Amino acid sequence: MLSVWILYFSNVKKTDQMFEKITQPGELSEMAREIRKDIVKSLAVAGSGHTGGALGLADVFTVLYFNRMNHRPEDPEWPERDRLILSIGHVAPVLYTTLAHAGYFQVNELTTLRKLGSRLQGHPGRDHHLPGLELSAGSLGQGLSVAVGMALAAKLDQHSWKVFSVHGDGELQEGAIWEAAMSAAHYKLDNLIAIIDRNHVQIDGPTSHVMEINPLAEKWKAFGWEVFECDGNNISELIATFKNAENVVGKPSVIIARTLMGKGVRSIEGDYRWHGKAPGTAEAEEFIRQLEEN
Amino acid sequence: MEIKFTNKGDKATKTGFGEGVLAAAEMNKNVIGIGADITTSVGMNFFRDKFPERFISLGIAEQNCVGVAAGLALSGKTPVFATYAVFSALRTTDQIRVSVCYNDVHVVIGGAHAGISVGPDGATHQALEDIAIMRVLPNITVLSPCDATQAKILTQKAILDLKGPVYLRFGREPVPDFTSENQEIEIGKGQLLKTGNALTIFATGHMVWEALQAATTLEKKGISVRVINLHTIKPIDKEMIITAAQETGAIVTAEEHQVFGGFGSAIAEVLAQHFPVPVEMVAMPDCFGESGQPAELMQKYHLNSEGIVEKSLLVLKRK
Ligand SMILES: [Mg+2]
Repeated sequence: MLSVWILYFSNVKKTDQMFEKITQPGELSEMAREIRKDIVKSLAVAGSGHTGGALGLADVFTVLYFNRMNHRPEDPEWPERDRLILSIGHVAPVLYTTLAHAGYFQVNELTTLRKLGSRLQGHPGRDHHLPGLELSAGSLGQGLSVAVGMALAAKLDQHSWKVFSVHGDGELQEGAIWEAAMSAAHYKLDNLIAIIDRNHVQIDGPTSHVMEINPLAEKWKAFGWEVFECDGNNISELIATFKNAENVVGKPSVIIARTLMGKGVRSIEGDYRWHGKAPGTAEAEEFIRQLEEN
Repeated sequence: MEIKFTNKGDKATKTGFGEGVLAAAEMNKNVIGIGADITTSVGMNFFRDKFPERFISLGIAEQNCVGVAAGLALSGKTPVFATYAVFSALRTTDQIRVSVCYNDVHVVIGGAHAGISVGPDGATHQALEDIAIMRVLPNITVLSPCDATQAKILTQKAILDLKGPVYLRFGREPVPDFTSENQEIEIGKGQLLKTGNALTIFATGHMVWEALQAATTLEKKGISVRVINLHTIKPIDKEMIITAAQETGAIVTAEEHQVFGGFGSAIAEVLAQHFPVPVEMVAMPDCFGESGQPAELMQKYHLNSEGIVEKSLLVLKRK
């Protein structure tokens, strides 16, 4: 079975040309589709992992890495790069797949996800030296603090690079998030933009049942943040919202991005049961068929 | 061998830590201080007053402090975060494990008010579990200086010379300051303070001075005692431990910490695997501390030279 999937990967257009930003929303949507297909393939080969959230965030990651962020895949440690902190390490496949398509490493390597010796750990680990990976993470609630530390470092040295941090909505139940939120506003970190993957679900079910986090925008406002809300699966809306957030002065911004878990695969969209499992081979082929139709 | 150490005057190891942070910050402008509201109480006030622009106050939010430190370190800074060890090491263990140790970043974490010598504040503020928890984390270096002078030197080395995560524990109570400004010291290597061949006392932190006093008492009884200061608990100096076991045949360990999982356990792990000899441990007997004057508490729980003498006599009977 494995060889079949490796073939799938080898058919993907290889990005060995210099990295260039994509400006056309249509092209970005196509990139997001390719990223979704490779997320499904890599999870199917891995045999385990988190499908729903990774698919839901594909548009956010596409917009960040191909339109908004300043970065150099050919020079991953470029000091002036914008940083992306993935606080919810369990959606690593969307990060890995986006990094591969941006040219940080070969797309074929996605077949090694979660395998012994792979640079693509189940939750991201810098000890495995994956180019473009900014943070080892997976214990929820920690990434925003790290993002605050990075944003403070940039301010201390008067650098202009920005920090984007990606969080789950269920993750906001962690108290440490709010310690970090308080400190970001205290230090007026307008070089920090947090993105909330607002898909309204978590492992046990709807977020409103597990532990209500609403009123969400009001919470962030009360903590001193500039709050934006948008359709997190709409490329044009995301670009416009990021631009607005990047222009905020004197305080950090949060984008509450309304997403659908499993976005793009109609048969699983919105289904919290797809938070933590990977498709089997037949399911993956069906998912890819749906993604190509979409 | 005659004991040549004399007390230059009592001084808290937290003061040594604070002086070390300041000295390191004067040499490296990337050193950043992080405060969690009790800055003066943990000795970070020297740094804050000299370099206010490099001091980041984050309030009573220790988990955030550790994460912010990781972010600063990932961006080329050398953050030093200190608060009471019960908070800096224990409340934040998950942040230290993942954001600091798994990322293998150079964050220096100070654990103040370590041990029972904290005194009247009582059990909640007496860190007696931090060595056990910190030393099992991969990538970290765990330091435990014996006096203020050594605390200053080790703090500077930890900030300026080491690369990965560091945990450094120190106390609140003024204790004898007896080591030299020019002492030979290397992180990861034990310090032989006194030669002897009947038994070896391995001590760390405040218990090192107590071990030297115990050795004097034992020598008067005609017992030749070796005293070694292990200021580095991780990586532990295996060679020195094995040699001491081979040459003296009996070991006493002394720490201001729980008996399970701490300094004595670290030494016993080495001995059990390489050269088993009888071991007795001077440590807290698996119970919480309580309020009282430091000396009263050290007496009650036998965490002093008398406790070390008792265990030394006991271990000799097992030889
Ligand atoms: Mg969710």
